[in-house]
Amino acid sequence: MTDSPAPPPDAPTPLLAVRGLSKRFGAGVANDGVDLTVMRGEIHALLGENGAGKSTLVKAIYGVVAPDAGTIEWEGREVAIPDPNAARRLGIGMVFQHFSQFETLTVAENIALGLGGRESPDALTPRIRETARRYGLAVHPERHVFHLSVGERQRVEILRCLMLAPKLLILDEPTSVLTPQEAESLFAVLRRLAAESCAILYIGHKLEEIRALCHTATVLRSGRVAGTCDPRRVSPTELATMMVGSDIAEPRRRASQPGRVVLTVSDLTLEPDDAHGMRLDGIRFELRAGEILGIAGVAGNGQKELLAALSGERLSRRTAIRLGAEAIGALGPVARRRAGLAFIPEERLGRGAVAELSLAENGMLTRLAAPVVAAGLVRRGAARALAKRLIERFKVRAAGVSAPAASLSGGNMQKFIVGRELDARPLVLLAAHPTWGVDVGATVAIRQALLDLAEAGAGIVVVSEDLAELFEIADRIAVLSSGRLGQAVAVSQLTLEAVGVQMAGQAAEERLDAA
Amino acid sequence: MRLEKREAPSAVMLWAAPLLAAAASVVLAGLLFVVLRVNPLAALRLLYLAPIASANGVAELALKMTPLLLCALGIAIGVRANVWNIGAEGQFTMGAIAGGGVALTLGPAGGWYVLSLMLVAGILGGMAWAAIAASLRVGTNAHEILTTLMLNYIAQNILSWLVHGPWRDPQGFNFPQSKTFASAATLPSLWGTRLTPIFFVALLAAPCAWVLLQRTTAGYRLRVAGLAPAAARYAGFSASSTVWLSLLIAGGLAGLAGIAEVAGPIGQLVPTISPGYGYAAIIVAFLGRLEPFGIVVASALMALLYLGADGLQMHMQLPLSLTGTLQGMLLFLLLAGDVRVANRVVWRRG
Repeated sequence: MTDSPAPPPDAPTPLLAVRGLSKRFGAGVANDGVDLTVMRGEIHALLGENGAGKSTLVKAIYGVVAPDAGTIEWEGREVAIPDPNAARRLGIGMVFQHFSQFETLTVAENIALGLGGRESPDALTPRIRETARRYGLAVHPERHVFHLSVGERQRVEILRCLMLAPKLLILDEPTSVLTPQEAESLFAVLRRLAAESCAILYIGHKLEEIRALCHTATVLRSGRVAGTCDPRRVSPTELATMMVGSDIAEPRRRASQPGRVVLTVSDLTLEPDDAHGMRLDGIRFELRAGEILGIAGVAGNGQKELLAALSGERLSRRTAIRLGAEAIGALGPVARRRAGLAFIPEERLGRGAVAELSLAENGMLTRLAAPVVAAGLVRRGAARALAKRLIERFKVRAAGVSAPAASLSGGNMQKFIVGRELDARPLVLLAAHPTWGVDVGATVAIRQALLDLAEAGAGIVVVSEDLAELFEIADRIAVLSSGRLGQAVAVSQLTLEAVGVQMAGQAAEERLDAA
Repeated sequence: MRLEKREAPSAVMLWAAPLLAAAASVVLAGLLFVVLRVNPLAALRLLYLAPIASANGVAELALKMTPLLLCALGIAIGVRANVWNIGAEGQFTMGAIAGGGVALTLGPAGGWYVLSLMLVAGILGGMAWAAIAASLRVGTNAHEILTTLMLNYIAQNILSWLVHGPWRDPQGFNFPQSKTFASAATLPSLWGTRLTPIFFVALLAAPCAWVLLQRTTAGYRLRVAGLAPAAARYAGFSASSTVWLSLLIAGGLAGLAGIAEVAGPIGQLVPTISPGYGYAAIIVAFLGRLEPFGIVVASALMALLYLGADGLQMHMQLPLSLTGTLQGMLLFLLLAGDVRVANRVVWRRG
């Protein structure tokens, strides 16, 4: 078989052919007779809502999940891929959406382990730098992973795969934390790889991106193939309809006048609490009631530090931050919440919610006060009622208030967390990457919920790397770059390109101190 | 054969795993006896049945259970909060020293209040010892696994120095031991056995621990801190209070166990007051699934192993290190069973 001559050029052998793949988890069907064909040098999009079965399909290809039925052919031969090592030996590399790295090790050490640990990290460092430089991935091999933001960690993952010179590279929503420029340079990398005849299997749901990048798209819905098309030849609406199975609504914009100032940050300067953190340098801005302020920027430019300072996880000068008239800079998260602040963190499981705990117990994570608590005891009835209200009001798909958080899809968990923070009726809401890795339906619902909250008179700060999102919901946008915050400018006076350039730090002279 | 992660932990396996581990350890113990060339059935009977064949035997079992249960509850609360207290042994010892010190200072002069003072001193002694580890963790970020373990050796050496030196009984024929405690400084024994009322205190501590973990906001904070430290920071739960609270509770419980041991069955301070209760309690905590009621059952089982191994040593001349072997076997079997809780076994070709 392996010695058979190359097939005639008019019928090239696909690099990868999946036929009739099915996988069942307990009662649910993740994949039901899925067919997928990927050619050499092709950038192939795998589209679908969360829970459509994209992850299960690629995990089967990467040997993480054992399929119940179906075959996988690699370069024309049927193969068994019992584990990721086998996949890597075939030449398949994968960047997971929720990848795991050793936080206490350096980038180089992580990559060395990912390559089997045969080469020493020191010996690898020059090659890592070379590969990083060649593909324009800003990665410092000697940094410790725990210092890195999600976006930076993802670059490490991509780099780790590229070190193996794969024939097929699987990427699970790789651009969700990249700026347009970074995404564009990643696309350049991917196009170059494709030109070198490496195939790319690209999971995503940013339709514009897929139309710009991919040659073919396979759309999954409820575990089945809903269709295969050339994404360059169909409209985004057609693609979205194929994914969702019905028409989707545009978020409704409100027309409201900004009210009184609800959040004032004045000359907030904070030294980083670790050697590789970003110093916050004289941050100042005002947020008015009814307003959504977008803070754009590439991960690692001080977002983590700014959010920690605003949420109270890091304390600052008392008067550096005022909520209404109250100076809250020196208050911790609990006291700030009591004063009317709410916070939607970047990470869902493990930060915004505890995976192992039920929704009832997750609902009270930031609501540990009356009526859920009385005399130091948890009132379980009240906690369940709160969770039930959040599930109903924000249309969270869950088995009930006793379901563990880990059992929800990313989008539904995020709706629950957003709901919990909104339900606290905050004066000011901080939201970090509120729709990161969330499916189309939940994204629309979450953005609408934020718009509604602003309309009801709250001030909202949204930190996001998704510029399209900021342009859609924010009234003003300011760019955070190297720990400094540029002047907030009304969205109507901004272009995507201008913000992108500023995010990349090429417009330092345009960074003005707020008047 | 390979393991595949379950979407949700299996509820059946969660409770079947300890039972299977117990059953498998009986079988393996039998095999061990065959290898040791003793009659396996007779040995198993000595190990598991003979200790509880009489009312006195049951009382002895409850007596052995007491320190295991108290220490394991504290350890479990800590582990649930991701605070790994390996120092129950040292906290136990310091409880015995602090309480014993009260008994020796007041001597036979004291009245009814002596015993209460001793118990309070015992609890405070254990807490103080745990507080050293807590302050090192909070102040200097020195991990409690190391510090509590090292503090165990220090506590043991302090006890040894005291009974060899300043607290040695002058009429004790130079044996390294203190005077025996006065009767007012000794726990009453029940029903003509060596059992003391502290057993019931230990039994009551289990539901208290459950209420703390499941029904109070303090317990909720501990659990969140243990499961997801970043979520605890996000919610604004203080990381240092988590460390302090869980270590102080654990230290207090272990200290109580220590003073109950010297004011009860031992009756004086001697160089060795614990056959490793503080370490065995770690196994008990995990065997009981870190759940207070599971720990009650697990501590009874572990106490049975202690008594049974004693019997084997006396009647079959088997080495006492068999206790450790049997305990270790039980823990490993349980860990093996735990893999099945989170994973299912898939058989397939290749």
